[in-house]
Amino acid sequence: MSVKVAVVDYGLGNLHSVEKALAHLGAEVIVAESGSQLAGVDKIVLPGVGAFSDGMAGLRKAGHIEAIKAAVAAGTPILGICLGAQLMLSQSEEFGHCEGLGLIPGKVVKIPSEGIKVPHVGWARLEPTENAAWKTGPLRATPPQTWTYFVHSYHMVPDDAADLAATVHSGPHQITAAVSRANITGFQFHPEKSGQKGLDMLKAFLFA
Amino acid sequence: MAPGPRQASRFPMPLRIIPRLDIKAPNLVKGVRLEGLRVMGKPQDFASRYFADGADELYYQDIVASLYGRSNIVDLIEETAEHIFVPLTVGGGIRTLQDIQQILRAGADKVCLNTQAVAKPEFITQAARSFGTQCIVVAIETIRQTDGRWKAFTDNGREHTGLDAYDWAMRAVELGAGELLLTSVDREGTFKGFELEFIEKIAKQVPVPVVAHGGAGTLDDIVQVAKLGVDGVAIAGVLHYNRLTVKDIKQHLINNGVEVRA
Repeated sequence: MSVKVAVVDYGLGNLHSVEKALAHLGAEVIVAESGSQLAGVDKIVLPGVGAFSDGMAGLRKAGHIEAIKAAVAAGTPILGICLGAQLMLSQSEEFGHCEGLGLIPGKVVKIPSEGIKVPHVGWARLEPTENAAWKTGPLRATPPQTWTYFVHSYHMVPDDAADLAATVHSGPHQITAAVSRANITGFQFHPEKSGQKGLDMLKAFLFA
Repeated sequence: MAPGPRQASRFPMPLRIIPRLDIKAPNLVKGVRLEGLRVMGKPQDFASRYFADGADELYYQDIVASLYGRSNIVDLIEETAEHIFVPLTVGGGIRTLQDIQQILRAGADKVCLNTQAVAKPEFITQAARSFGTQCIVVAIETIRQTDGRWKAFTDNGREHTGLDAYDWAMRAVELGAGELLLTSVDREGTFKGFELEFIEKIAKQVPVPVVAHGGAGTLDDIVQVAKLGVDGVAIAGVLHYNRLTVKDIKQHLINNGVEVRA
C-alpha cells in the first residue's frame, strides 16, 4: 500500500531530515511548495524551525493556509512538528501577538524559564495523557516514557485540556510535548531526530 | 548568556553518547593526537552501526575542509540524513554564515566552530544570532602545558592561539556558544582516559552543555568523566576499532547510576 504524504514547504528551516525519514519508511513524499499540491494526498506533515510570524507569513505566501484548512476539514490527517505544530494553534505570543492556523484552539507561550536553560534542547521522556493519540493516533505504538528530542523556546497550551497528548519535564516545569484532536496532531519534539522510536511514531502516523 | 555556575537540576538530561567521526572525504579516518591518520572505511557504514546501537547524536569533523573546500562533506551530510535519525553536529573549516546555512540545510542540526571563532570571536555572536545559540557549538582544543595550565589550539592541535583554554572557554560562552566541545589533543587517540581536571573545571562553571572528548579507552573512563557533570561524551577510536560498542557503554553507565537514553 502506497501512502502519499505532502511535506509542507514554506521557506523555513530544514525539510530534508523529515522528508528523508518519511521516504525511509516507504511513503511517497511530495514537497509541497504551494497549497494546490496538498489536494489529493493521504497525509500532510507540517514541519518547520524558526519564528512563528515568519512561519505564518511563509504559509500565506505559498497559499498553504486555505489548502491546509480545507484538507483538514475533509479529514486528511495532519502532523505538525516543532514550529509546524505550534502554527496549528490559534495564536502565539512570540514577538507580540500573531494569529495561527487555529486547527486546535490554544496558544503558544514562552517556556517557563525559572531555574532552567531556554532554549530547551535535548532528550526528554514523554509522559502520556488520556488523549486518544495513544490509543488510535500516531502515539499508539509508543511506550510511555519514550525519549524524544527537543529544540524550542516556546510551547503549546491548548484551551481544552483534553487536547493535550503528552508532556515532558524541562527542569521542574512540565511543558507540552504533543497535542492532538481528531485528525490533527502536533509534536513539539522532532520524531525525525528521535531515533528508532521517533521513526515508529512517523510510521504509525503514515500507516494508520 | 553570562557564564555562571550551573544550577543542579532534579531532572537532568540524560548523558549523550556521541560517536565522533573524523572525515577526510570520502573516508572515515582516525589518528593519534589528531595526527597520523589511518583510513578506517566508509563513514556511512560506521554511522549506521552507531545509530543502530543507540547513539544519541553523531559528530562529523571535516578535517580537510579548510584546505579543499566543503562540497564533499555536504554530500555526506545529505546521505547521512537519509539513514541516521538522531541529531548530527558538523565541524571543520566553517568560516561564514553561508557555510553554516549550507551545512544545516543539508541535514545537520548543529555546527562546531574553532579556527574562525578564535580568529574572529564576534563570529560566534553573529552565528548565534542568525541560527540560535542551540546550534552553535564551540570546540576548545587543549594541550596541557608543563606549568599545569591548558592552552587553546586550532587546526587539530597544530596551531597555537596563545589563549589560555579556560579563559577562552568562558569567553566563547559569553559570546553566544550554546555548547562547548572540549577536546584534549594530547589524549585524543591514546585510550589513556580523559583530561578530567580541565573538563571538571569547565563543566562546573559554564551554564551551557559540555561535551568531553579525547582519551576514552575503557568503560570506566567514560563513567569517570560522566560523573564530572558533563552533558555528552564524544568517542571515536574505541568505537571505530570495535573495542567497545555504544550498547556496552550505555549499559555500563546505567549499571553505574548514570542516566542515559535507553
